[in-house]
Amino acid sequence: MNSILLHAPALIIALPLLAAFITPILGRFNRKTISWLATCVLGLTLLLTIFVARQVLTHGPIVYVFGATETGLTLPFGYTMPIRIIFQIDAMGIFMGLITSLVAFLAAIYSISYMEQHTGLDKYYTLLLLLATSMFGMELTGDIFNFFVFFEIASISSVALIAFRSTISGEPAEAGLKYMVVSSISALMVLFAIGLFYGQYDALNMATIASVMQFTQLDKIALILLVTVLAMKAGSVPMHMWTPDAYSEAPAAITMILVAASQASLYALFRIVFSIYNVTLNTITVGWILIILGVLSMFIGVTMAIIQKDIKRLMAYHSISQTGYMLLGVGVGLAVLTNPVALESFGIKAMEGGIFHIINNALYKGLLFLTAGAIFLRTDTRDLNKMGGLAHNMTYTTIFYIIGAAAIAGIPPFNGFASKLIIYESVYRFNPLLAIIAMLVSVLTLASFVKVFHSAFLGPRLEQYKSVQEVPKSMIIAMAVLSCLIVFFGLFPNLIVKYIVHPAVMALINQAHYTATILGGI
Amino acid sequence: MIGGMSRIVRTMTTLIFGFILVYGFYVIAHGHISPGGGFQGGAIVASAFALLLVTYGTDQIQSYLSKDLLSILESTGLVLFITFAFLGLGATFFYNFVSNSGGLFGSPTTIGVNPGDLNTGGTIALMNMAVGLEVLAALGVIVLTMSVAAETIQKKEKQ
Amino acid sequence: MIGNFPFIAVIILIGLGVYSLLFKKNLIKIAIGLTLIESGVNLFLIALGFRKGAVAPIYTQAPEGVKMVLPTPQALCLTSIVIGVATTALILSIVMVIYQKYGTINTDEIRRLRG
Repeated sequence: MNSILLHAPALIIALPLLAAFITPILGRFNRKTISWLATCVLGLTLLLTIFVARQVLTHGPIVYVFGATETGLTLPFGYTMPIRIIFQIDAMGIFMGLITSLVAFLAAIYSISYMEQHTGLDKYYTLLLLLATSMFGMELTGDIFNFFVFFEIASISSVALIAFRSTISGEPAEAGLKYMVVSSISALMVLFAIGLFYGQYDALNMATIASVMQFTQLDKIALILLVTVLAMKAGSVPMHMWTPDAYSEAPAAITMILVAASQASLYALFRIVFSIYNVTLNTITVGWILIILGVLSMFIGVTMAIIQKDIKRLMAYHSISQTGYMLLGVGVGLAVLTNPVALESFGIKAMEGGIFHIINNALYKGLLFLTAGAIFLRTDTRDLNKMGGLAHNMTYTTIFYIIGAAAIAGIPPFNGFASKLIIYESVYRFNPLLAIIAMLVSVLTLASFVKVFHSAFLGPRLEQYKSVQEVPKSMIIAMAVLSCLIVFFGLFPNLIVKYIVHPAVMALINQAHYTATILGGI
Repeated sequence: MIGGMSRIVRTMTTLIFGFILVYGFYVIAHGHISPGGGFQGGAIVASAFALLLVTYGTDQIQSYLSKDLLSILESTGLVLFITFAFLGLGATFFYNFVSNSGGLFGSPTTIGVNPGDLNTGGTIALMNMAVGLEVLAALGVIVLTMSVAAETIQKKEKQ
Repeated sequence: MIGNFPFIAVIILIGLGVYSLLFKKNLIKIAIGLTLIESGVNLFLIALGFRKGAVAPIYTQAPEGVKMVLPTPQALCLTSIVIGVATTALILSIVMVIYQKYGTINTDEIRRLRG
């Protein structure tokens, strides 16, 4: 038992990968077992992630070297540079890993009944497990080329899943094509930047590059490329064109995982800017670039969302707007990184707000997309003009929708309020205008979700929806777990910030600790 | 192509198909001592399948090169690969537990310039074969599916 | 100056790929543009490893006493080519599905998702 837990970081990647490879063989014999296999494996991965998180948050970062004679051997005898692929799990990485494992597990539970009528289910579950594996890989790795490989696996799996329904109509294929072109360009530019790093420093390990980084002209080009394409994959304006199409045409459980995948790209952006470059770059300039991207995303996302008629497209535009909050919070933190007084008083708080917003966004956005999927399953439409009066028949879905909408609008006992308040307070002390824009965006968010509530749920019972029933149990279980977590995070935000978010922020800021974990010294 | 190509092309294909297969498996097996390996050899074998499909037409080849068989081969290759990775868990994941141990692919590797010994490499050589099996099956499925779809569209357009 | 020629070729390839991606309306030409960008980035990786007067990094029956080019970028390039094959296969499959549904592969006519 102890040896299994020693290898837990590798097993987080290996178990879903093994299940993904076994699923096609199993799918020949029995169609029903594959959904249960995927759910069990993802549940096991969730337990392993929680165990690794406890270990990281109490004892410090964990290092796992693939293919060495023992798991912590980063520098074998006679070497001054790490030579193998190393997974470096610190507080920020395992924070994202917790989000991914929770979201993937709930998506598998939801898919048990949501995808029941579809053919080709073995391909669906194989791709879902591969997507989960690749997201874990992106978040836990300490090697930049390994990140590129997992990045590409994630984009290929998510494109195939977005285009999963293309046997019915042509629009999912079009959405998948747009996302594939965007992902391909992003990944190739990431590879170009990796080439620039390797050509100068002869190292692929992120900690090694961080320890020898001098900010040359080529590093500036690499920084521009990486910030642009990783913000493009995270869905921030002005590169957000793929987000509404991809999020609306995918099956609902996959949209929830796609939100977490976009956040994994955002995590990679923060990791590169904070842990590889850190104070060598001009933090005020890059911080203001992130702030401007964040404010543009917030504002344009929410104004485009109000006019939408398709429920999932509206929620996708809101996802763009919430990404803006995260970029704003972390951008403010980056801008004051070199100023110790400001960093202590509001910089760390702003970054805490931004990073706390990541997990909150995954929870309430996932819940909203799941309720939209529940509506689509029962009424076969996503057009708000055609829906109406669903609250009479689908009571559970209505309650979960109210919780999700209140959370995203920032209403007090739910978790959106906690993270947004931290962002407002700290950003106000940096620049009051940004905080006022953020509050205005929150008001418009509430407006658009009240509009959806009125169109879809309120009103008299419509003729064609008279026989609509509540959704099956597994979907209700998934939505209920998310709602409970939203309420819990809203009632006790100080616990979450103190034990999970604050270590993550300190792991990002403290580059010396990140380097010393691999190159020796700790 | 519907119906296949002319007699000259068919004759040449039957002559060289075997050689392409042997060359592909040679590249897969010698991946650890010369350029090549799993993906490269698998792509060569899959191009042999594509040659067959173009020469004889999809209908005749589908009975031999069915999607089911290739799918099973692909899954076998993948499961074999991940099993070899798991078997090293005594030390770490992906540990090379066969190298320097005697037995199949277990001779110690000579460092520096050497005439090349096939028996070295350990799990690298075994994983090369698993990956080669997987790649030839996967690319075969891709080529077969595209060929079937293209012929269906062509038949529909002729009507 | 002549030693910089691979890098100039990289810039030309990526430029042509981006031009083809942005300004062409046929879906197959867009897929070709992506392949061109990928070829450019692969060439960049290989050109990084070159050292003057060095041979291929293979120990089997290598000539004695000469230095070798860096082998790591060649492994990176190989991985990138494999990923490129998977990406191209996926994009071409999606283009075939779009052709089956809409009967055309001109981007002006297949665009249904707007706003």
